Amino acid sequence: MRHILAVLVENNPGVLTRVAGLFSRRGYNIDSLTVGRTESARISRMTIVVSGDDQVLEQVTKQLHKLVDVIKINDITSDQYVDRELVLIKVGADPAVRAEIMQIVDIFRARIVDIGRKTLMIECTGDEGKINAVIQSLMPFGIKELVRTGKVAMQRGHKFTSINEIREDD
Amino acid sequence: MKLSGAEIIIKSLQAEGVEAIFGYPGGQVLPIYDALYGSSLTHYLVRHEQGAAHAADGYARATGKPGVCLATSGPGATNLVTGIATAYMDSVPLVALTGQVPCDMLGKDSFQEADITGITLPITKHNFLVKDVNDLARTIKEAFHIATTGRPGPVLIDIPKDICVKQTTFKYPDKVNLKGYKPTMKGNKGQISNAVKLIGAAKRPVIYAGGGVVVSNASEELFRLAELTVSPVTTTLMGIGAFPETHPLSVGMLGMHGTKSANFAVSECDLLIAVGARFDDRVTGKLDEFASEARIIHIDVDPAEIGKNVRVDVPIVGDVKMVLTELNGKLEQQQSSEWQERVARWKDKYPLCYKENGVLKPQCIIEEIYNITKGEATIVTEVGQNQMWAAQYYKYTKPRTFISSGGLGTMGYGLPAAIGAKVGRPDSVVIDIAGDGSIQMNIQEMATAVHYNIPVIIAILNNSYLGMVRQWQEIFYERRYSYTDITGPDFVKLAEAYGALGMRVTEHKDVRPALQKAIEANRPVIIDFVIEREENVFPMVPPGGAIHKMLGG
Ligand SMILES: Cc1ncc(C[n+]2csc(CCOP(=O)(O)OP(=O)(O)O)c2C)c(N)n1
Ligand SMILES: [Mg+2]
Repeated sequence: MRHILAVLVENNPGVLTRVAGLFSRRGYNIDSLTVGRTESARISRMTIVVSGDDQVLEQVTKQLHKLVDVIKINDITSDQYVDRELVLIKVGADPAVRAEIMQIVDIFRARIVDIGRKTLMIECTGDEGKINAVIQSLMPFGIKELVRTGKVAMQRGHKFTSINEIREDD
Repeated sequence: MKLSGAEIIIKSLQAEGVEAIFGYPGGQVLPIYDALYGSSLTHYLVRHEQGAAHAADGYARATGKPGVCLATSGPGATNLVTGIATAYMDSVPLVALTGQVPCDMLGKDSFQEADITGITLPITKHNFLVKDVNDLARTIKEAFHIATTGRPGPVLIDIPKDICVKQTTFKYPDKVNLKGYKPTMKGNKGQISNAVKLIGAAKRPVIYAGGGVVVSNASEELFRLAELTVSPVTTTLMGIGAFPETHPLSVGMLGMHGTKSANFAVSECDLLIAVGARFDDRVTGKLDEFASEARIIHIDVDPAEIGKNVRVDVPIVGDVKMVLTELNGKLEQQQSSEWQERVARWKDKYPLCYKENGVLKPQCIIEEIYNITKGEATIVTEVGQNQMWAAQYYKYTKPRTFISSGGLGTMGYGLPAAIGAKVGRPDSVVIDIAGDGSIQMNIQEMATAVHYNIPVIIAILNNSYLGMVRQWQEIFYERRYSYTDITGPDFVKLAEAYGALGMRVTEHKDVRPALQKAIEANRPVIIDFVIEREENVFPMVPPGGAIHKMLGG
């Protein structure tokens, strides 16, 4: 089963290596890992998607906790959450097919962010399913280049993954 | 007043109560060595940085205080690696300081640059690269805190040369503030009550005690637990000394070279109380058959150890000493029954044994060492058969008197660790029980022992073999002794060349007088015991086998 972990870490040099090294060393499978700063410059947040049964997940979480730079870990899989990915796709677009591509872009509420002589660059955000669907739909036009961010996720409502514990009850 | 980074390092170490440092100089640590010169810290110049790491480790294991080692950048730092990994596997509090090229030269393949924080990432509890002199004192404070609390372990601080030269005002912090590091010390009350219930209901309890008991200084609490629950007690290699082996409830070590009574007791118990142990494969053998009839209570400070290898009925995360104190307070005195008698009968029926045949036997040397030191010595070991015989045939009664590389099994550990142990506990007789192979891996430390007159006794059980490997070749590879027939120097002459005392013993009757002379010599001694070449360590559980199915013994 796939789990989504929201992980707060000290923004120290090497923290990504520590986390990534732990996963490879202990043989855990990362499906995706994203990282970026939070509202506090000292603290970064990772969203890690990892597959494994409950026992593996228990070990992953416990081993992550042992890293001194890891402040907090939340397995949000069983909570209500919003998850998003962003993808940039450069797709082959002769004038003849541009209209068709633009229709697809509309349907997915994606955006065209750059136009080349024979290409369009498309930006799309959404959950994993939507991103996969957009890619599928554009495939026939010839995808020249593609980059996706990996998942970021956040619990809905009054649950938080935050260092300010107080916020959890407000 | 402003101090240089190097002076701050010395002042910080003093603030931590450090007395001894084991190290080796080089270009990038020149400022630190300059600050050491004339300071109150005692520095021991080893002959190889690996020796520094093991000596600091031996010091830590013998005293319970953190060990400190120091090396220069590049090759100095990489030479520490085996020692750091050894300490990591056995949860030894160690602080390793390494010099590094100046900050503006980092990442440029500069002379003697090695990414030691990268290299030691998987073998340290944590490590630091200090890039601002203002962070130095805080970093050292944090390093000692992390190394010594929770589940202890090695912490490395990499310090670029310019950081040692830059100046700042010095104030040693009195607190650490690490958001992501707060070890759980107190056991969960509910789980402790559950443990009390299980213990009350158990008919055939066994205590399985590991190195965590020693680390947490919880021998007395363990003793109380054993007496309250009338449980037979077995220890791991790392747990040796946590419970007196002279006690009627002691069944000695379990696992691959454990006693039959220990392995039988674990296999048939209905309650296993695991205390500061981690269900290592050398202990459990085949996992499905390990304590297969038992409910399991697991007490450990490291939550990640619980449920890692076996399913546990009652997990208690916390400091062993605190948890046992709490637990003992809630327990009622249990009564001895048929079970305790059965275990006692196994003990009688299956003592450790070996055959005398006129040739000098390693087991009898260990027994003589026990007799002459009355069990009061600090025994350090190398790795191999020598290590197992040392574990089996000496009766340990006190924690920190058996010092051995368990988790990593590092040949060459013994001599430098013995030096560290003797520095830490100068009043104790310190004996390194060595193999002729292992001793050659860090033999250069003889010079250190002689130079500082650190009177360690090295008892080489000389079989002219890499004996433990040969034993496996004999049993599992049809006696095809591929490259395990090893020669060594004349160890007596070697001792003399280093300025130590050398003796050779080939007969049983000379064992005791030689040991007596070595203890009285009060200087470094090597005794070359020429033993039966093909003696084996028994009993033995074949790797991956169930622990109650033992060969030999
Ligand atoms: C650094 C290192 N290299 C290799 C090994 C594998 N090994 C384990 S025991 C052993 C033989 C040790 O020989 P010796 O020191 O003579 O001890 P004996 O078993 O003969 O008592 C070897 C090679 C090891 N444990 N450590
Ligand atoms: Mg040998």
